[in-house]
Amino acid sequence: MKFLSLLKQAPLSAQFGVLVITLYLIVVIFAPVLAPYGEREVLDSEYLPWGGEYLLGTDNLGRDMLSRLIYGARNTVGIALVTTIIAFVGGGLLGLVAAIMGGWVDQLLSRAIDVVMAIPALIFALLILTIVGTSTTSLIFVIAVLDSTRVFRLARSVAQTVVVMDYVEAAKARGEGLWWIIRKEVLPNVSAPLIAEFGLRFCFVFLFISALSFLGLGIQPPSADWGSMVRDNATLITFGDVTPLIPAAAIALLTVAINFVVDWALHRSSGLKD
Amino acid sequence: MKKNNTSSRTLTTGTTTSHLEAPADLSLARNINRRSFLAGSIVAGATLGLGSLISPNVLANTPNKGGRLKVGFTQGATSDSTDPATFSNDFMFAYSYGVFNNLTEIAPDGSLIGELAQNWESSSDAKTWTFNLRKGVSFHDGKPFTAQDVVASINHHRGDDSKSGAKPLVEDITSIKALDTHRVEIVIGTGNADFPFMFTDYHLSIHPAKGDKIDFTSMNGTGGYTVTAFEPGVRALYTRNPNYWKAGRAHLAEVEIILIADPAARINALSTGEVDLIDRPDLKTIHLLKRRPGIKIEQQTGTKHYVLPMLSDVAPFNDNNVRNALKYGIDRQELVDKILKGYGTVGNDHPIGPSVPYFNTELKQREYDADKAKFFLNKAGLTSLDVQLHMSETAWGSNTVDAGLLYSETAAKAGMNIKVVREPNDGYFSNVWLKKPFCASYWGGRPTCDWMFTTAYAKGAAWNESRWDNPKFNELLLSARSELDENKRREMYFEMQRLVHDEGSTVIPMFGNYVLAMNEKVKHEDKVANNWDLDGLRFMERWWVA
Amino acid sequence: MYLLLRMTAERLFFGLITLLIVSIIIFSAVELLPGDLAQEILGQSATPEAVAAFRRELGLDQAPWIRYLDWLAAISSGDFGRSLANGREISELMSSRLGNTLFLASYAALIAIPVSLILGILAALYRNSWFDRLTNLVTLSSISFPEFFIAYILILFFSVKMALLPSLANISPEMGLGDKLLRTLLPALTLTLVVVAHMMRMTRAAIINVLSSSYIEMAKLKGMSPLRIVVCHALPNALAPIINVIALNLAYLVVGVVVVEVVFVYPGLGQLLVDSVSKRDVTVVQAASLIFAGTFILLNLLADLMSIVTNPRLFNPR
Repeated sequence: MKFLSLLKQAPLSAQFGVLVITLYLIVVIFAPVLAPYGEREVLDSEYLPWGGEYLLGTDNLGRDMLSRLIYGARNTVGIALVTTIIAFVGGGLLGLVAAIMGGWVDQLLSRAIDVVMAIPALIFALLILTIVGTSTTSLIFVIAVLDSTRVFRLARSVAQTVVVMDYVEAAKARGEGLWWIIRKEVLPNVSAPLIAEFGLRFCFVFLFISALSFLGLGIQPPSADWGSMVRDNATLITFGDVTPLIPAAAIALLTVAINFVVDWALHRSSGLKD
Repeated sequence: MKKNNTSSRTLTTGTTTSHLEAPADLSLARNINRRSFLAGSIVAGATLGLGSLISPNVLANTPNKGGRLKVGFTQGATSDSTDPATFSNDFMFAYSYGVFNNLTEIAPDGSLIGELAQNWESSSDAKTWTFNLRKGVSFHDGKPFTAQDVVASINHHRGDDSKSGAKPLVEDITSIKALDTHRVEIVIGTGNADFPFMFTDYHLSIHPAKGDKIDFTSMNGTGGYTVTAFEPGVRALYTRNPNYWKAGRAHLAEVEIILIADPAARINALSTGEVDLIDRPDLKTIHLLKRRPGIKIEQQTGTKHYVLPMLSDVAPFNDNNVRNALKYGIDRQELVDKILKGYGTVGNDHPIGPSVPYFNTELKQREYDADKAKFFLNKAGLTSLDVQLHMSETAWGSNTVDAGLLYSETAAKAGMNIKVVREPNDGYFSNVWLKKPFCASYWGGRPTCDWMFTTAYAKGAAWNESRWDNPKFNELLLSARSELDENKRREMYFEMQRLVHDEGSTVIPMFGNYVLAMNEKVKHEDKVANNWDLDGLRFMERWWVA
Repeated sequence: MYLLLRMTAERLFFGLITLLIVSIIIFSAVELLPGDLAQEILGQSATPEAVAAFRRELGLDQAPWIRYLDWLAAISSGDFGRSLANGREISELMSSRLGNTLFLASYAALIAIPVSLILGILAALYRNSWFDRLTNLVTLSSISFPEFFIAYILILFFSVKMALLPSLANISPEMGLGDKLLRTLLPALTLTLVVVAHMMRMTRAAIINVLSSSYIEMAKLKGMSPLRIVVCHALPNALAPIINVIALNLAYLVVGVVVVEVVFVYPGLGQLLVDSVSKRDVTVVQAASLIFAGTFILLNLLADLMSIVTNPRLFNPR
């Protein structure tokens, strides 16, 4: 209720964002009910036009595009969410710890992260996924590790500017514990850039999956996911056919919506009145 | 200048064209006796509507001299080496056939003709072969071509230290020696009537000898083109060899080959005129590409086929009933329609294509039949079946996994649950192929039954991908190889195809056509070889631009 | 200043150690990959005997650690060695590829960084206006598309439909600078679209974050113009996260553009690395990885140094 009244005062863009996210969540949760056909069912001939029996036509195998899209939401959003959360909890915490503790802890963590980051992400993923295989779990794990390094660096560098503030030094002098300092003093002051980063990192996961499918890695069939759907139909765009735009637009819409909400949260946390 | 082959000890003969006496007509260079059958079968393929389909507007078909052909290729890597032992992709095949010559050549009409070997003869047991080499041919640097070059070039692929992909081809050679400067004698362990065919292989190009070895680093050949720029994984530029010995060949002044791995980029490069010709156009969108003005699509029925080998010594595939159930569970026509977009034909669970001599015309085509699949499943004592099918894009191209999904949908209706597992492209052929019990693979095919069967279906062959071991088949293979009676030989090969079809451990759902997209400028003779893509990959010396 | 120098020296030392660890990781990872060079090159035609002979020739039959130490000894004396696959001198192979990669990266950076800074500042200045919303909408949509997709769309319009720009960026060393710039404009634009949103949004967020500080309120009370406040007071204090994001994106432009290279057939280092990984050409993989790692370490160091220089509290710690 409190959220609803808050939402009423929110700018139009944030309201739009919340609406879109809610719609996506409904689709994710009720996918089997909403989808007119099965996820992997081959129904008809391929590339049927829009309208008629199949609202968005059929894909390259004659499966219903709309159903694929709906099921795709489930797989894609689920994976992206889990991955991003792991990356933020892991990378963010380590970054804050490094900034607050300083000294050899900072040095050790930073250099270890440097090593991972110094290996090109796509190559890192290519190597690991080829060695351990491309199950969904390993996919999530690899992307989360890669993302967390980026989050670590951001969290650490933002926290560093906070850590030298008087109130943190005072807390340290008082002998407050590490966890207390993170929670009470540092986190509130570094959340803004981290939230902004979350909005972007989230959609980078889709993009990374679709870049991986470019190299023949990616989600196991016959599961639909938007990144691979874009990739599978990408050559069509060369002929001005808009079919591949649909999953891409689904990703874009979600990205924009999330970031509108993030902007609103950012604005509120900044305490600016205008 | 035709050599008379009536002597009883001559089994097969090579071509007879000398560029001095019979310049323009290479098609005269045809083998008689057994090989004429081969030529005949190609014509048969064409009448079936499967042969070379060439746009009807190629009327004034006289080669135009000069000009530059720019080609966008899919395959090629920065790791490519000029060592012929390691040639493994189109970029290097084009290099091999453009810059070098072989002993023998498969002509556009499918017959075997001589290239650097003017002709050849063999002993009656088909074990001792003498090749008479062409005189007056020299390498690009002016060094004359002699028998020494042939001996060194073939030996490069032999011996314990050979790392060559052609090693199995030359394994049976027991001795090879130069009789004089232009005659080479080769002795093989078991008689093989098709032996001269082997020398058309892209590995076996003739390089200049340097002592006992060959010098492959200087890129010095006898072929129609010299290397102007060569950057593996990026591009190559070839310039016409002004002293080329072969008449009526090598029309283009320059050929540039650019590697464009991405399918959409290849289409764009062709549409915008960056290149004149691309190989392997994306079949998903080929109907759209076809509509673009000024662009033509050409296809060629060949020997390329797609296979799903099952390890025949691993359960449940060790039961032939299970294998048959799986063979009946695939809808071949749907795969040809949706995966190849019609650019192919259905396969009949044996690896011999209609263009290969002794193609079994009497074998009934196997079709999708859920009831029969169930019947065989029951016969194996099963009511349902759970198997994993491992595939990656490396095997069948960009929609390999889609093909697997279609298969799993139709098989499910017969109570078979096929779980498609997408494997990484990287390392597929070393990690999955020959290791997983059920996977996807493909064959460019081989021009003869013996070659194909020996490579992939004979007991103990290194690439026997299903580890199939059928005593009757193995026995027939050996006796057919040296069988000289035409009819007996045909009977044997028909029977072997039936054996693979009924008892083999490989699902062969379809044969793929070679597909090319090019602009209207690119021209070639009416007849195009179908032993490989791009006119048997000899497009550099056979094609021209208007 | 002394502190800064000491830190630089320290970080360079750690950088070397990082490179060493990276090289060990990469080497072991390539060893762990299924198959080796002999198998990959021979592909489907790899018979066991041929593979064994190939391995002997390449020295792949030696224990991995011996090969690693050999390589390490050579590299310490500055010798990158030769490609295992075709014997080409790696330093020669790398130099042109690296040049191309750096060329494209700087081209894209020269467009992307000013654009994103200016857009970010303006968006922060006119926050929540239609301009802010529109910029956000456009940049966010542009990064929501995979990079190959952006590339295809640009090619569709600029090459296929309008025939203004070439669809391939296959530059060669003989080309003049003008030619090169024209040929690589589409890949540079693609990369710009990919990186602008990230940097622009971070600029905006960081500036807005400091706008609530008391000294900004003070400046406002003094009657300073909003633009001056943002540029002179807010921006300098918001630089740390911005510089970090810029460094990350620069690193991405050098290291992570494989897909764009593939789509535009651009002979860069990324494609070489992917190619070499798939062929298990470990010497080339090592060399390329070290170059990438080195670039990354240097950019990182630069970013850290600049955040310190721009933040007096860090610069003069008490």
